[in-house]
Amino acid sequence: MARLLILGAGIAGQTAALHAKHKLGTKHEIVVVSPNSKWNWIPSNIWVGTGYMKPEQVTFELKPVYDKKEILFHQAKAVSIHPEGDKSISKPFVTIEYTSSDKKGIIEKITYDYLINATGPKLNFDATKGLGPERNSLSVCTYSHAAQTAVALKESIQRMKKGESQTFLIGTGHGNCTCQGAAFEYLFNLEFELRRQKVRDKARLIWISNEFELGDFGIGGMFIKRGGYITHSRIFTESLYTERGIEWIVQSHVKEVMDGETVYENLSGEEKSVKHNFAMLLPPFSGVGLKAFNKNDDDITSDLFAPNGFMIVDGDYTKKPYEQWNPSDWPETYQHPKYKNIFAAGIAFAPPHSISKPMTNPNGTPIFPTPPRTGMPSGVMARQIAYNISDMIKGKSDVPTRKASLAKMGAACIASAGANFFRGTAVSMTIYPIIPDFNKYPDTGRDISYTTGEIGLAGHWIKHFLHYAFIYKAKANPFWRIVPE
Amino acid sequence: MSLRKPYEQSYFPPVPTKLTKFFRTNFIYQLFRFIIINIKMLRMVRKH
Ligand SMILES: Cc1cc2nc3c(=O)[nH]c(=O)nc-3n(C[C@H](O)[C@H](O)[C@H](O)COP(=O)(O)OP(=O)(O)OC[C@H]3O[C@@H](n4cnc5c(N)ncnc54)[C@H](O)[C@@H]3O)c2cc1C
Repeated sequence: MARLLILGAGIAGQTAALHAKHKLGTKHEIVVVSPNSKWNWIPSNIWVGTGYMKPEQVTFELKPVYDKKEILFHQAKAVSIHPEGDKSISKPFVTIEYTSSDKKGIIEKITYDYLINATGPKLNFDATKGLGPERNSLSVCTYSHAAQTAVALKESIQRMKKGESQTFLIGTGHGNCTCQGAAFEYLFNLEFELRRQKVRDKARLIWISNEFELGDFGIGGMFIKRGGYITHSRIFTESLYTERGIEWIVQSHVKEVMDGETVYENLSGEEKSVKHNFAMLLPPFSGVGLKAFNKNDDDITSDLFAPNGFMIVDGDYTKKPYEQWNPSDWPETYQHPKYKNIFAAGIAFAPPHSISKPMTNPNGTPIFPTPPRTGMPSGVMARQIAYNISDMIKGKSDVPTRKASLAKMGAACIASAGANFFRGTAVSMTIYPIIPDFNKYPDTGRDISYTTGEIGLAGHWIKHFLHYAFIYKAKANPFWRIVPE
Repeated sequence: MSLRKPYEQSYFPPVPTKLTKFFRTNFIYQLFRFIIINIKMLRMVRKH
């Protein structure tokens, strides 16, 4: 009997666990370690942040699902990986620390034959002074952050109903942030909610981000065929902002968030500030800070993890200028180059470089988005990794055979712009490939016939439907495999 | 168009006409777009 150990029960971890269980049945053991007892459909957190949904609608308890599927679940956080074992244990193992109330703080070692690291991001609020829900800004990254944001929004709306004006600052809280799409969704849902509450005239809405221009979204933007032109997403995004009367500040690295004021530095090197009553600023992401040790207990963290804490896999991490970037830099199997029984899925793997062109201001401050890793690619790579490991455990193959390179994968993404069955809208996008390939598509980097975008009510219906479909799937309800990643 | 002050950032981008806005939330038209978008997304899913 082989043991597959999965660290993390987010989109990637849950997808990997369910697919591996499906393939391996009861002959082998699947063990999941995750610090939170609940699963969270993170994309709907933006709706929790406007009060449209409650945290209970975007979460469920993991234990009953794992009990049903006969997957072993430890509510704990992984602390360190020991890929060679240590002096007392010859097998590779992971040290975990329990977070559940009954076993809190207890340390245990769990051995494994195969390991998937799907620990997602650390929300690195500490990177910017004053950033974060425990300091001077709000967030929608977790359901509890989003619930806190909804309370703050309610207060602001009450103030506006009494005649006060409010300034809302929404966007990214650091020059290296990713996930601009989530902040965009929150901004547009906020604007929709303010109109619904009939206080829009009392609100000034300002977007702040590290993108070079609006519509970059960390993927260098995209080109779409529309009205006889091939047009960059910047034009469409600026149009959406203008239509809604939203101002924007781009090319910015937030340096400090104070109570009511945010200081930022731009690409020209100027320092500026903006006053606000409400700031929802996403943090930059890093790896969750796992350590690694060899058999002799020497620290080998830098062999397993890049300096940003994400796990090194089969990508090309050689430092090279933007002009020399190649689609083949991107990992295909997500296998660690030395420890072949270790894989990383979802946000946990280290990208070889960004997708948007790196920019630095005269003060030496880098200001550009790091690459987004959205739900669909995270799920697809997790499924492929689970299938590859199953084949390897069953002896069908010695090496991973299925690939999931972001340079050969497309993504479908629905960005909500207001939630209502009759008046809501969402931007529905498809892009192919995620990583632009300027060798194959010299002008646009992507296949124009597969790269599309439009805004409308239909997008909202799909976004709402997907909310239920993905929660249904994550609960491993009957026929869960029909729902694609 | 009170939002459009000369040479400020909101002066330049294209804005949708009334008809474009109407179609964005027109139930019948959006039912049709629902099918089209789903086809486009399934095409993407099948490429994996
Ligand atoms: C507000 C918001 C909105 C978004 N909207 C969209 C969207 O509309 N569409 C889309 O495609 N994507 C969206 N995304 C991105 C999407 O949420 C991510 O792509 C996805 O969650 C990545 O999955 P993951 O499993 O890698 O990480 P996560 O989902 O973050 O899961 C990580 C898991 O690891 C666990 N963990 C953390 N530390 C440890 C540890 N030490 N040991 C063990 N386990 C650990 C966590 O508890 C969690 O269970 C959004 C993201 C945000 C923040």
